[in-house]
Amino acid sequence: MSDSAPSLSSAKEARAQAGQWLERREFGPWTNADQAELDAWLAASPSNMVAFLRVERVWDRAERLRALNRLMREQSPAPRKSPLSVLPKLAAAFAFVVAFGIGAYLMSGNGEKFYETPVGIRKTITFADGSKVELNTDTVLRAQVTDNGRMAELVKGEAFFQIQHDAAHPFVVTAAGYRVTDLGTKFLVRRDGERLEVTLVEGSARVDPAGPEAHGRSTVLSPGDMVLATDQGLKVTKKTTPVLANEMAWRRGLLIFNHATLAEAAAEFNRYNNQKLVIANPTVARRTIGGTFPTSGVEEFAEVAKGIFGFHVKTQGKDIVIQP
Amino acid sequence: MGDTSDTGETGAPHLRDAPMTTPGVNEWFVREILPLETALMQFLRRGWRNSNDVEDLCHDVFVHIYEAARREIPHPAKPFAFAVARNLLIDRIRRENIVAIEAVADMETLGITVDEPGPDRTAIARQELRRLQAALNRLPDKWRETVVMRKIEGLSRPQIAERLGVAEPTVSQYLAQGMTALADFFSNDPTDTGGAP
Repeated sequence: MSDSAPSLSSAKEARAQAGQWLERREFGPWTNADQAELDAWLAASPSNMVAFLRVERVWDRAERLRALNRLMREQSPAPRKSPLSVLPKLAAAFAFVVAFGIGAYLMSGNGEKFYETPVGIRKTITFADGSKVELNTDTVLRAQVTDNGRMAELVKGEAFFQIQHDAAHPFVVTAAGYRVTDLGTKFLVRRDGERLEVTLVEGSARVDPAGPEAHGRSTVLSPGDMVLATDQGLKVTKKTTPVLANEMAWRRGLLIFNHATLAEAAAEFNRYNNQKLVIANPTVARRTIGGTFPTSGVEEFAEVAKGIFGFHVKTQGKDIVIQP
Repeated sequence: MGDTSDTGETGAPHLRDAPMTTPGVNEWFVREILPLETALMQFLRRGWRNSNDVEDLCHDVFVHIYEAARREIPHPAKPFAFAVARNLLIDRIRRENIVAIEAVADMETLGITVDEPGPDRTAIARQELRRLQAALNRLPDKWRETVVMRKIEGLSRPQIAERLGVAEPTVSQYLAQGMTALADFFSNDPTDTGGAP
């Protein structure tokens, strides 16, 4: 019947063009001249307008897939996967992204390797000895795990270590001039420049100053202890289990805030996303918020700030600015 | 084949008139009309034998609704949308000069319930999420990978090009096509239309 249609119908043509416009706007740069051109195209015919609104709506909605995907990856052996039924193809798409997102390259012949994650990506490394390290967003780890010794350096970012204990070959993690020695253990190490946080979740570990820039003395940690190393020295505080659980929520792709200021929350989100939250105004920055968000939920977060505090949210390039 | 566009033949041709548009039409359209696409497609599919045309028909229905709304936003939206769809169908059937009385009759008995309370918000949200996911999964591999890298991982065009090992213009192409197809699959879910005689 309709085999005489090598050319697209006008409807399909309009929809295809709408996709092209959205693509252009999506990748940018998007100037006023581009906008004017788009406006002209939209004004040229309601067919264009309708096609554009339609594709744009679904594209905007697809934002929600982000949150879903974070959760999905957590629930992989999910006992109940009803509303968020896991779709294998999507998972495959993810595996693809993750595989390509991780660089692991051999540096030299001594078995030393670099592992890194880009912004927004997490990755678990399993070493030959069975020890596991989960790298959080934007993290670089250098590791050398052999029969003769086990060492890793956290160059930047955050990592959760689950070490197979081996008294003869302690696993040593260095970062920012300190050395963490496992004594059979699960611990979290986070490094922002020269600021270092080591939190012991399970077992036992020791933190020693190991570089000229390090201060303080050797400290043995018990579960729940958090050592903060700054240029002022070492400070140990105790963390309750719920607080600890919240701080580890990134392993499930979540950020959990409890009386966090908007500035703190924004800083957390910005670790995970290329789309940055900008809060320049001090009044806005000081307001506090609680809640659970997917690490990619920048826009949801901005919506919440808008909804609760009545702040104004605008996008500026790729950034989201929250202002009074 | 009468398959030239008939979107322009009714009403005034207002090509690039000054925007005499009622304010808020776009928002209204996105909020009230676009969510009806799946239902409208079902309705049209039952009334029109050639299912290949249905997407185009639906587009035309949207255009008619949009044009009407530019003059005055109709309330309530849903019965208006189905009335437009129905008139367009009848018009088409007449023009194609085919005997399709049963199609029209069938439409009368379809009983589109117009003001049902509808499922609650979370159920809608969940269903939408499910449909988004299903739509994403139906995309051809390259398109889907591109959409995922852009939408979910927020990668830039050069980054995607590098990962896929293709040139940047190809990435643009994949994304544009992926976006369009996502919208198509989103509102045209085969699992929703199983029993349309």
